[in-house]
Amino acid sequence: MKYFRLVLAALFAKKIRTTLTLLSLVMAYLLFGLLQAVNVLFNSAGDSFSGATRIVTQSRVSFTQSLPLRMLPQIESVKGVQRVMYQQWFGAYYQEPRNQLVAFAVDPLRLKDVYPEWKMPDAQWQKFASTRTGIILGRQLADRFNFKVGQQLPMNSNIFPKNDGSKLWTFEVVGIYDGKDADAQRQTGVMYINFDYFDEARQFGKGGAGIYISKLAQADDAERVAREIDAMSINSPEETKSQSEKEFNLNFVRQIGDINLIVNAILGAVFFTILLLTGNTMAQAVRERIPQLAVLKTLGFTDSSVMWLILAETLLLIGIGAALGMALATVVGFGLAGFFQAAGSIVDARVWAYAAGSVLVLALVVGLPPAWRAKRLKIVDALAGR
Amino acid sequence: MSSLIEIKNLSKSYVRGKQSIEVLHELSLSIPKGDFVALMGPSGSGKTTLLNLIGGLDQPTRGEVSIDGKRIDQLSGNALAAWRARNVGFVFQFYNLMPELTAERNVELPLLLTGLSAANRGKRARIALEIVGLGDRGRHKPKELSGGQEQRVAIARALVADPTLLVCDEPTGDLDRKTADEILRLLQTLNTEQGKTIVMVTHDPKAAEYAKRILHLDKGQLVDDVSNKG
Amino acid sequence: MLNQIISITAMNLRSLQSRLGLSLVIVIGIAGVVGVFTALLAMSQGFEATLKATGRDDRALVLRDGSSAELNSGIDQASVQAIKDTPGARPGKSGTPLASAELIVITEFASIARGGSFNVTLRGIEPAGLEMRPELKIIDGRLFKSGLQEVIVGKSALTSFEGVSMGSKLRFRGADWTVVGVFESGDVHESELLTDFATAQTAFGRLGASSVLVQLDRAEDINAFTATLKADPRLNVEVQAEKAYFSGQTEQFSNTIGALALVVSVIMGLGALFAALNTMFAAVAARTRQIATLRAIGFGGVPVAASVLIEAMVLALLGGALGATIAYLLFNNFSVSTLGQGFTQVVFNFRVSPGLVGTGLLISLLIGFVGGLLPAIRAARLPVTTALRAG
Repeated sequence: MKYFRLVLAALFAKKIRTTLTLLSLVMAYLLFGLLQAVNVLFNSAGDSFSGATRIVTQSRVSFTQSLPLRMLPQIESVKGVQRVMYQQWFGAYYQEPRNQLVAFAVDPLRLKDVYPEWKMPDAQWQKFASTRTGIILGRQLADRFNFKVGQQLPMNSNIFPKNDGSKLWTFEVVGIYDGKDADAQRQTGVMYINFDYFDEARQFGKGGAGIYISKLAQADDAERVAREIDAMSINSPEETKSQSEKEFNLNFVRQIGDINLIVNAILGAVFFTILLLTGNTMAQAVRERIPQLAVLKTLGFTDSSVMWLILAETLLLIGIGAALGMALATVVGFGLAGFFQAAGSIVDARVWAYAAGSVLVLALVVGLPPAWRAKRLKIVDALAGR
Repeated sequence: MSSLIEIKNLSKSYVRGKQSIEVLHELSLSIPKGDFVALMGPSGSGKTTLLNLIGGLDQPTRGEVSIDGKRIDQLSGNALAAWRARNVGFVFQFYNLMPELTAERNVELPLLLTGLSAANRGKRARIALEIVGLGDRGRHKPKELSGGQEQRVAIARALVADPTLLVCDEPTGDLDRKTADEILRLLQTLNTEQGKTIVMVTHDPKAAEYAKRILHLDKGQLVDDVSNKG
Repeated sequence: MLNQIISITAMNLRSLQSRLGLSLVIVIGIAGVVGVFTALLAMSQGFEATLKATGRDDRALVLRDGSSAELNSGIDQASVQAIKDTPGARPGKSGTPLASAELIVITEFASIARGGSFNVTLRGIEPAGLEMRPELKIIDGRLFKSGLQEVIVGKSALTSFEGVSMGSKLRFRGADWTVVGVFESGDVHESELLTDFATAQTAFGRLGASSVLVQLDRAEDINAFTATLKADPRLNVEVQAEKAYFSGQTEQFSNTIGALALVVSVIMGLGALFAALNTMFAAVAARTRQIATLRAIGFGGVPVAASVLIEAMVLALLGGALGATIAYLLFNNFSVSTLGQGFTQVVFNFRVSPGLVGTGLLISLLIGFVGGLLPAIRAARLPVTTALRAG
């Protein structure tokens, strides 16, 4: 609007100071963008896309202790359970131990039923079920390594050697699955192999199904079903622990550390500093412009309008710095996408929303004191140099 | 000539710490439309205070100030601001232009408070600059102008909303003799040809000669009211 | 020259009070950078220290070939015996070679500090394993008795996980185990629970071991020992010096934290730099008249510039010291745990070392220097006459 030029002119009155303050803001928001993106990622790890429609049943001792296959009918018999699958961690790495990948041995058709989020042509599902050495890959994983349907895929297991002692397993890629929506697509980094083949060909651990995942007939039945499943094995050597898939995932993330705490602590330090810096800049700017502000008032600008001008100036300053910083963060976020298995830049709309919120709060906190001062400024005192 | 400025029993006191200092004491005067008045007096006489009250920059402690029939001493902050925008133009000793705006944009400032379109505002600003003789300097920034030119821009800004009253506080205080004369002549022209009523505070007797009437203040009271026959 | 520098700097520093707000910006900005930098690296160093303190050069860790971590490794009973029979191990008190078959089982416990449950390592060791580890001392209670379902808990595990205090009952696979003692070892094993190897085998239905730890005569013997094992056709193993194995486990975490610390510090450092530049430019601008007067009197351009630079660096150093101090007070010896390589928690303490503090101070000096340089040059180049007339 028409006052924009006035605000802009005021901001760039002291070019060096404004530029340097802007640069500091850019740095602060670059950091904010990246760190908040990490925060959001770790928080949403618990948002398993179907919420509480699946239950994960593991050995009570730990999830690395495989539950026996013979438990399957027991779990299937629990009221409220619609379909059950099992998955055994394969301990996969590709070519070098460093390239660890996520792979599970499953029953193909059970997988299809329990995870309707995976979208794959029917023909490929059938091929998976009928090909003993078949393997299906998530789209993200396939893209990352450029794996194609039809090719042979040699995979190593750092846990299970084959009967002949070799750790090198060879599979045939029979399908690539996608997620049903953007959220699900973010999770397409897993490989699935045929459990029957795997169980027969592995040297030890035969009959161990890994963990069980049950699809609920009704979404919010999780607690009761979990309790009933666990009740069946109390005091037996194979005691189970069942919880919603969401809880299970969250647990995992929590173990890495209080990521939240660390990130928020750093962000806190950064914002405190930025607050001080920008606050100082704005306070100084207003101090220097007292005669000008007084003149504006003589021209007929009301006390409030002068206050709004200062607030607008503060908002513009912080807004521009934040926008530039976030843009930079988004670009860097694209580079980190692979590491976090994200579909696009990890600095997504959610992070931008947080940034926008912080800009408003910051602008208010920083801008209000000098703006108030500008509002209360008495024309005659200012003109007289008092 | 009808009265533009009517002042009745005007008093103004300031509170400094615990003391109350009375700067103006029961002042009464009348300034007709089209007059050009110089306010003079020693430092501390209250002339600037009187000017501020006439211009609506401050409120009196007691008494009445009427401008063109309107009691401005009864107006509140925002109403007073609105009144100033339409009725008064200010010229200060130090030109108080916005350094980052061009001359034209500086002149345009008072018009931002009106509903005029950008095109109209620009037109009016350019006309005002023409009147003060700076029609070709619109695009210059204050730092590219001389002291006298800056003051002209300030005068153009004071004119642009077409107020009836011009209030000037030591407008030539910072200028050399020659430039000061130019500015004062400009003010005179505005008074005689455009009918602007001008109230000017000055300590320079030579500047006062350009006015039609000289009011002397001392210790907050009017002590002399002289017609200028020059 | 030096006199001039000193007198001008003294003048400037004395007048600092009037520019408190501005000067505070540098101090706080740099305190932030150094504080965060120190905290992050203290975390990394603490983790590394715990892992690097683990194991010795003259103890060999035998895993199944290709497993790369104890958790993934599985050695069958026959192979375990073959390894134990291989010459190269130092004899123990009883005369038999010091070799301990060890079993790793992951158990879950609730965290004291955070929500959710954690994976904790339960390690079954043989008596030889205890004899081999003189660094391991029981500090409360007693050692577990073989054949009984008893465990001893590491000092760190005790403070971080719930339900493992002395006398607690732990439920594994339908049976109750009891915590009978607490041990300290100054290394990663303090995050573990220890029990008898054979008992663990039975309870968890395992026939072999996860690894075999062998005490060698000397550290240099490892190559010969490895060669012998590799040459044995019955065995399919890989051998590492125990110390090297655990040190290697720090890699992923260190790299991650290191990368994080670098990125965050660089970005914050740049931010602090711009803030410092801002402050110093403003300081110079505010003192334009004074500077010009000094120059007119006869003080040289270089001393004036130097004084600005020194002021910047002094403020920066203050900030650095503040940041390091806060990091030290808040974090030093603060206990946290994170996911180790084996999916289990490793408890470690933040370590704010003198070296770290030194680096932090160096960083602040660097920022102060760069932040003060341009303004200092500007101060030196001020055209004296215009400056005298200015504000």
